[in-house]
Amino acid sequence: MIRNLILGGLLSALFITAALVSFFWTPFEYTALNIPARLQAPNMTHLLGTDHFGRDILSLIMVGARTSIAVALVAVGIGMCLGIPLGLWAAARRGSVVDEVIMRGNDLVFAFPSLVIAILITAVFGAGAVNAIIAIGIFNIPVFARITRGAALSLWERDFILAARVAGKSATRISVEHILPNVTNLLIVQCTIQFSLGILAEAALSYVGLGAQPPTPSWGRMLADAQTMVSLAPHMALMPGFAIILTVLGLNLMGDGLRDYLDPRLRVRRT
Amino acid sequence: MTLLSIQNLSLSIHAFDVLHDVSFSIAAGEIVAVTGESGSGKSMTALGVMQLLPQGARTTGRIMLGETDLTTLSEPALCALRGNDMGMVFQEPMTALNPVKTIGDQVAETIRIHENTPKPEALRRAAQTLERVGLPQSQFPLSRFPHELSGGQRQRVVIAMAIALRPRLLIADEPTTALDVTTQAQILKLLGKLAREDGMGLLMITHDLAVVADMADRIIVMRHGRLVEQGKTHDLLRNMQHPYTRQLFAASAHTVTLPQTAQGTPLLEVSGVSRDYRTPRKTLLGKPGTFRAVDNVTFTLNRGERLGLVGESGCGKSTLTRAILGLEQVQQGTITLGREPVFTGARPNLAVRRRMQVVFQDPYGSFNPRHRVARQVTEPFHLLDSPPTGAARQKAVDEALTAVGLTPADAQKYIHEFSGGQRQRIAIARALIIRPELIVFDEAVSALDVSVRAQILDLLADLCGAYDLSYLFISHDLSVVRTITDRVLVMQRGKIVEQGATEQVFADPQHDYTRTLINAAPVLPDLHGV
Repeated sequence: MIRNLILGGLLSALFITAALVSFFWTPFEYTALNIPARLQAPNMTHLLGTDHFGRDILSLIMVGARTSIAVALVAVGIGMCLGIPLGLWAAARRGSVVDEVIMRGNDLVFAFPSLVIAILITAVFGAGAVNAIIAIGIFNIPVFARITRGAALSLWERDFILAARVAGKSATRISVEHILPNVTNLLIVQCTIQFSLGILAEAALSYVGLGAQPPTPSWGRMLADAQTMVSLAPHMALMPGFAIILTVLGLNLMGDGLRDYLDPRLRVRRT
Repeated sequence: MTLLSIQNLSLSIHAFDVLHDVSFSIAAGEIVAVTGESGSGKSMTALGVMQLLPQGARTTGRIMLGETDLTTLSEPALCALRGNDMGMVFQEPMTALNPVKTIGDQVAETIRIHENTPKPEALRRAAQTLERVGLPQSQFPLSRFPHELSGGQRQRVVIAMAIALRPRLLIADEPTTALDVTTQAQILKLLGKLAREDGMGLLMITHDLAVVADMADRIIVMRHGRLVEQGKTHDLLRNMQHPYTRQLFAASAHTVTLPQTAQGTPLLEVSGVSRDYRTPRKTLLGKPGTFRAVDNVTFTLNRGERLGLVGESGCGKSTLTRAILGLEQVQQGTITLGREPVFTGARPNLAVRRRMQVVFQDPYGSFNPRHRVARQVTEPFHLLDSPPTGAARQKAVDEALTAVGLTPADAQKYIHEFSGGQRQRIAIARALIIRPELIVFDEAVSALDVSVRAQILDLLADLCGAYDLSYLFISHDLSVVRTITDRVLVMQRGKIVEQGATEQVFADPQHDYTRTLINAAPVLPDLHGV
């Protein structure tokens, strides 16, 4: 359990560091074309090889991490900023019309195949990182709203909430002061999972050309570019593929580990 | 003939010692009660006999059932014994039954696991067993589901599952703690009858000494995982050797003397209050039904008065409490505190609310685990227009904590650092801090051990003198209500059926229901003058 947390944390940290370092330094200029050096397999100069324009794949992956992380981060942010208050509101007014409207609205969003709608949004409003963020963000709202409401509902039945009500505190105040701190664990864990899903969604959108536009590198785009070359230069597809797999794996492991770590009942068994 | 013999049993779970050198035995047909406060290891002893211990448990010593040592048996061998030779009845009948299977199937399952019986035969025997535990087939066919039964009936089903194969040993772990007094009396009678009829050894685990004194042949008192004293019920009660046993019995029968107060003007007036709940529609377009939880309740609580409210679960106590606290609206009638309504229109009246506070039953659920004590205790300050700040706030916290027997240093601790009794003290401090005119105690001592309960009752009596408290004390425990209130209301099915001076109601109950309640409550034998 603690192993998951450390391994996941290390993998995630690796990619975040790569993204941060790419602001100051990359092994090669990621936009620099070098046709003579194209399609090189991994070697000492180009650690992960080069693509069909002779660009250094390591540099592209490092800068691509920036795109992936930015898109996923903002999308999860949108989901949390809107979803958590909605969930708290629905729980505070449980059983009322407000609750029904919020939760049925969530069901509606959930009922659409998310990627199809994301494609629709980017197709209507134009392809680009910003629209990808919005599209992915919208589908994070119901996830957070449901989780928050579910956890908050059982908390609302607890006596300390009753005591707060007897102290005359409003539902809003109770939600912020008492409910929110008690659902944080759950939300942190969900956050890491949604983050990894966000990276996958961004890669998928970029793959079909609706995410970040060239020359901004993105893992999904790199995969799409590699598609036609896969028999000539398999490393072109493998490298961004591994990047996606390892990041998502790392984030999921971290989520699992955090969930166990933050659960006091499991912590007792560990010691 | 010795049926079960526990010899020098020690048990540790993850290096934490739970039992030390426990030895006792049970003969066939004998009822042995193990009693003690929470943490005494009484339930672990029961689980040890069943070999249903949690992971990481290590035992030394022997547990002999007849000629076999249970600690040496393999899991498959134990499975063959459990349910067959040893049956167990749990505390909570709600969770001990599978909600999606009929009661017939669940009882028959026990039979079919152990004997190669065809299903119709097993069901026939299940029906017989259910008859034995007082669930006749005419009223409770095998096809009933657990949710269609009351708590007491469910416990009968659990007992039927345990005795279906006529085990030699029946273990009952707090079998009546979750039940009402009248139901408790019936279940205890049933267990006693079954043990006698089948010549079963019955090992009863209970914290309630009155239950123990009523039905056990022998009593074993445990404390901190050690066996403190054991003996025949009659001898042990007449001649307690160990100071802890004496202390335990004294605490159970603990009474306090309330300071006399002058009865003042009416403080809380409840008149003609009714509260309906909507029940689900029976048909798709049919009208939803209604359930009247509180039915035309009228009473007055005067300034300086300590009023009790007793009744069994589902009688409407909790609904009434919530209405008085202004947490729920009522459909009919008015509730006023000092002539001001608790509700103005649809909104609770904050001016009234700051004049009353509440202490809840569950010392573990009534605090936010993430706040420090100081923040928890000062929560009611929210009701004041200008809550004290800085040094004045600090002083108020210190005062409130000192008043309930804690120290000002406790203010900086988190709630998990306190025991159940200390938490209930903190809950009282939270109620006292804004000096309310009325405090509602909602089963405030029901979840506590007897010795802790005695301390909290003492504290209440002290506070009555120091703070001129008026309170409404809601409880199902008649002995507590008897000592801590001046006047008592008895509630049944949403109605107040009897009210009067506490001593008078207990000594000479007028209503049938009051009489039933008082008779059903197990009582400690009078040990004075022995």
